[in-house]
Amino acid sequence: MTFVQSFVPIWTVILAVGVFLYVLLDGFDLGVGMLYGLAPDTRSRNLVMSSIAPVWDGNETWLILGGVALLAAFPLAFVIVIPAVYFPVAIMLLALVFRGVAFEFRYRDAAHRTFWDHGFAYGSIVATFAQGVVLGAFIQGFKIDGRQFVGTSLDCFTPFSILTGIALVFGYGLLGAGWLIMKLEGDLQRAARRHGRWCLIGVLACIATVSIWTPLAQAQIAERWFSWPNTALLLPIPIVTALLAWTVWRSLDHAASSFGPFLGTVGLFLMSYLGIAISLWPMIVPYRYTLWEAASSPKSQAFLLVGTLILLPVILLYTSWSYWVFRGKVRADIGYH
Amino acid sequence: MHLDPLILSRLQFVWVIAWHILLPAFTVGVASFIAVMEGMHFVTKREIYLQVSGFWIKLFSVSFGMGVVSGIIMPFQFGTNWSRFSDATANVVAPLLAYEGLTAFFLEAAFLGVLLFGRNLVPRWAHFVAALMVAFGTLFSSFWILAVNSWMQTPAGYEVVDGRFFPADWWQVIFNPSFPYRLAHTVCGFYITTGFVVLGVAAWLIRRRTFVVEGRLMLSTTLWLLLALVPLQIVLGDLHGLNTLEHQPAKLAAIEGRYDTASPAPLTLFGIPDGKNAVMHNEVAVPWLGSLLLTHSLRGEIKGLKDWPVDQRPPVGPPFFAFRIMVGCGLLMLALVIWGTVLRRGDRFVTSVAFLRSCQGASILGFVAVLAGWTTTEVGRQPWTVYGLMRTADSVTPSLTGWDVLVTFIGYILVYLIIYPGGLWVMAKIVRHGPAALGDATIESGRPMQPVAALPLAEGSAP
Ligand code: HDD
Ligand code: HEM
Ligand code: HEM
Repeated sequence: MTFVQSFVPIWTVILAVGVFLYVLLDGFDLGVGMLYGLAPDTRSRNLVMSSIAPVWDGNETWLILGGVALLAAFPLAFVIVIPAVYFPVAIMLLALVFRGVAFEFRYRDAAHRTFWDHGFAYGSIVATFAQGVVLGAFIQGFKIDGRQFVGTSLDCFTPFSILTGIALVFGYGLLGAGWLIMKLEGDLQRAARRHGRWCLIGVLACIATVSIWTPLAQAQIAERWFSWPNTALLLPIPIVTALLAWTVWRSLDHAASSFGPFLGTVGLFLMSYLGIAISLWPMIVPYRYTLWEAASSPKSQAFLLVGTLILLPVILLYTSWSYWVFRGKVRADIGYH
Repeated sequence: MHLDPLILSRLQFVWVIAWHILLPAFTVGVASFIAVMEGMHFVTKREIYLQVSGFWIKLFSVSFGMGVVSGIIMPFQFGTNWSRFSDATANVVAPLLAYEGLTAFFLEAAFLGVLLFGRNLVPRWAHFVAALMVAFGTLFSSFWILAVNSWMQTPAGYEVVDGRFFPADWWQVIFNPSFPYRLAHTVCGFYITTGFVVLGVAAWLIRRRTFVVEGRLMLSTTLWLLLALVPLQIVLGDLHGLNTLEHQPAKLAAIEGRYDTASPAPLTLFGIPDGKNAVMHNEVAVPWLGSLLLTHSLRGEIKGLKDWPVDQRPPVGPPFFAFRIMVGCGLLMLALVIWGTVLRRGDRFVTSVAFLRSCQGASILGFVAVLAGWTTTEVGRQPWTVYGLMRTADSVTPSLTGWDVLVTFIGYILVYLIIYPGGLWVMAKIVRHGPAALGDATIESGRPMQPVAALPLAEGSAP
C-alpha cells in the first residue's frame, strides 16, 4: 500500500462519522420540526421549539461539513452526485431556509405566527423527504460518462427514491419524538410517545420494504448479502435491528425511561446506516467509482487532515459543552433553568 | 424556446450570493460590536453596556439566522451549477472551504446558543467568551472564504495536470497576491457597514427621545471608530487598486473605462462605455490624474482593453459604474464622519436634526458600497472563473438544461422575496421596541419567555 492510499481509510471514517452525526443531530431536530405541526396550542408549540432553539444551528453545520468534506476528500463523488440530485438538493435547501428563519421570525412576529409556524413544520417535512430522495437515488446509482453525470435532472425521482423519502420522514419523526420525550413532561411527553409509536411502525415497514427491494433491484447487493459466508457474518444486523425495534416499542410505554426511545432509535439508525454501507462498500459513487478512485490528491487530503484531527475533537468538546448548558427539561414557566 | 443554462446559472449565482453577502456585511461587524459591549460590561459592570448589547444581540440573532440559511445554499451551488469548476479546482479550494467550516461555522454555531439564551445559565465570564468566540468565528469565516475567492482572482501555488488544478504550495495558495488586500478591504468595509447601521439606529433613537442615553453611547463610540476606519478604507482601496493593476490589468482597464493604452493617462470620471466599438462616449476626464493615482508618476502607462483579444476582455459597464458608486459611497461617508466630528463641539452632534437625519439616511451606504465593490471585482474578472485559466463558460454543470436552472432560479427568487422583507420587518420591529424593552432579566435570559411577550394580548400590558 502506498502513502497515497493510506489517507483514504481515515477520510472514509471521518466522513462516515460526520454524515452519521449529521443524520442524528439534524435528524432529531427536523423530526421535532415535523411533530411541531401536531402540537395543539401556543404553549406546547413554544416548548417544542424551545427544546431545539439553542442547538439547531450547530446541528445544521454538520450538513455543511458533510458537503465540503466530501468535496475536499472525494471531489469526484461530489461533482457527480450533486448535479444528479439537482432538484432534491435545491428543494432541501429552500425548505431549510423556511425552517431556519422560523426560529427567529416566529418569536418576534406575533401577527404572522401561523405563517412561520407552517413554514417550520412543512419546511422540516419537505427537507427530510428531499434528503430521503437523495439517499434513494444514491443507492440506485447514476448515469455517468467519465467524470460527469450525464443523465437528466429528473432521473432521481423513482418509486424507490420516493419510498426512501417517506422512510426518512418516519425515521426523523421517531428521532424527534425520542428527543421530545427526553425534553418534555406531562401531556406533551405522552403525545410524543404516541407519535413515536406511529413513526416506529412506519419506520419498520419502510426498513422491511427497502431491505427486500434493494437486493431485488441490484444484483451486486443481493450477491453481497446472500452469498456464503456473508449471510452468516451479516446475520447479526437484522437480528440486532429487530431487538432494537422491540426495545424502542417497549420504552415508548408511559412508565418507561425517558432516554430509552431516543437511544434505541439511534441504534436503529446505526444499523440501517451499516446496512447501506455494507451494501455499497467500497464504492462512493455507487457501482462506478471506489473511494480510492474518487479521492482528492494526497496533498489536499493531508493538508486538511492535520487541521481536522486537531479541530474535530475541540469542536466535539465545545459542542458537548453547549448541549450541557441547555441540559434538562424545558418548562414553560422558567424556560431553561 | 432555448434557455441557456450558463446565463441562468450565472444569474442565479449572482442572486443568491448578493443576498447572502448583505448579511455577513452586517453580522461580521455587529458580532465584534457585541463582543466589545459585553467586554465593557464585564469590566465596568455598568448596566448601560448590557442594555446596548442586549439590543444588538436581538438584531444579530435575526440577521445571523438569515446569514446561516442563505449561506448553506452557497457551497451547494458549487456542486449543483458549477460542477466542472468544482471538478477542476476541488483539490485546491475545497480544503479551504472545509477549514472554514471547521474553524468558523462550528465555533459560531455552538457559542451562538450560549450567547443568545445562556446569560443566566453560565458564569459571566463564559458569556463574554461566547460573544468573543462568535465574533472570531465570523472573522475566520471571512478569512477562508476570501482566500478562496482571491485564489480565483489571482491564482498561485498550483500546478495544472490534465486540465485540473493541484496544490503545489499551500502558503502561496492561501496568501495569493490579492488576498491580503481583499481581506483587509472587505473586513474593514464590513465594520464600516455595521458602523453606519449603528449610527443610523442611534440617530433614530435620539431623535425619538425615548432612549437618548443609549443612543448617545452608540453614536459617540461609533463615530470615533468610523473616523479611523473610513480613511483607512480609502487607503486600503487605493492599495487594492494598485494590486489589481499589477495582477489583473484587464480588470483595471475596465474599471478605468480605458480602451486605448495611454501614457500619460487621464482619469475618466464619467462616460458611457460602448463595448462594440471599443470607445467611451461623453467622456469627462482629468488629464494626467489617472497615471498619477495608479502609477504615482505623471507619465506612467495604463494599458487599454484593446491590448487583449476580444474574447478575453471583461465587460466595461458594470465594473466602471459599480466602482464609481463604491468610491462615491466612500467619499460621502468620509464627509459625514468629518461633519459629525466637527459637531462634537458643544455636543451638537446629538442635537443637530440635519446631522441625525443624514445618519439615518446613511445607514444603507455600506451595503450599497459592498455590493458595488463585489460587482467591480467579480464582473471585472470575467470571462474567467479562475483568472486567465478557466473560463466561466467551461465551469457550468454539463447535465443541466436551461429549464432545470430556470425552475430552481424561480424558487430562489420567490423564497428570498419572502424571507428578506420578512427579516427586515422583524428587525424594524425590534428597533421600534428599542433597548429598554429588554431590561427585564428574565426575558433576557432566554427565548422561552419571549413568545409570551410577543403575543398580542401580553404586548399591551408589557412595560
Ligand atoms: C467575507 C465574508 C463572507 C463571504 C464573501 C461569504 N460568506 Fe458565507 N458567511 C459568512 C461570511 C462570508 C459569515 C459571516 O460567517 C456568515 C454570515 C452570517 C453567518 O451566519 O455567518 C456566513 C454564513 C455562511 C454559511 C452558513 C454557516 C453557518 O452555519 O454558520 C455558509 C455555508 C456559507 N456562509 C458559505 C459561503 C459561500 C460558499 C460563499 C461564497 C460563494 C460565502 N459564504 C460568501
Ligand atoms: C460575497 C460577495 C460576492 C458577490 C456580491 C459576488 C458577486 C458576483 C457577481 C456579480 C458575479 C457575476 C459575474 C458575471 O457573471 O458577470 C459573480 C461570479 C462568480 N463568483 Fe462571485 N461574488 C461574491 C463572492 C464570491 C465568492 C466568495 C466566491 C467563491 C468562493 C465566488 C465565486 C463566483 C463564481 C464561481 C462566479 C462565476 C459564476 C458567474 O459568473 O456567475 N463569488 N459573483
Ligand atoms: C473610496 C475609496 C475606495 C476605493 C478607492 C476602493 C477601491 C476598491 C477597488 C480597486 C476594488 C476592486 C478590487 C479588485 O480589483 O478586485 C474594491 C473592491 C471592493 N470594495 Fe472598495 N474602495 C473604496 C471604498 C469602499 C467602501 C467604502 C466599501 C464598503 C464599505 C468598499 C467595499 C468593497 C468591497 C466589498 C469590494 C470587493 C471585495 C474586494 O475585492 O476587496 N470599498 N474597492
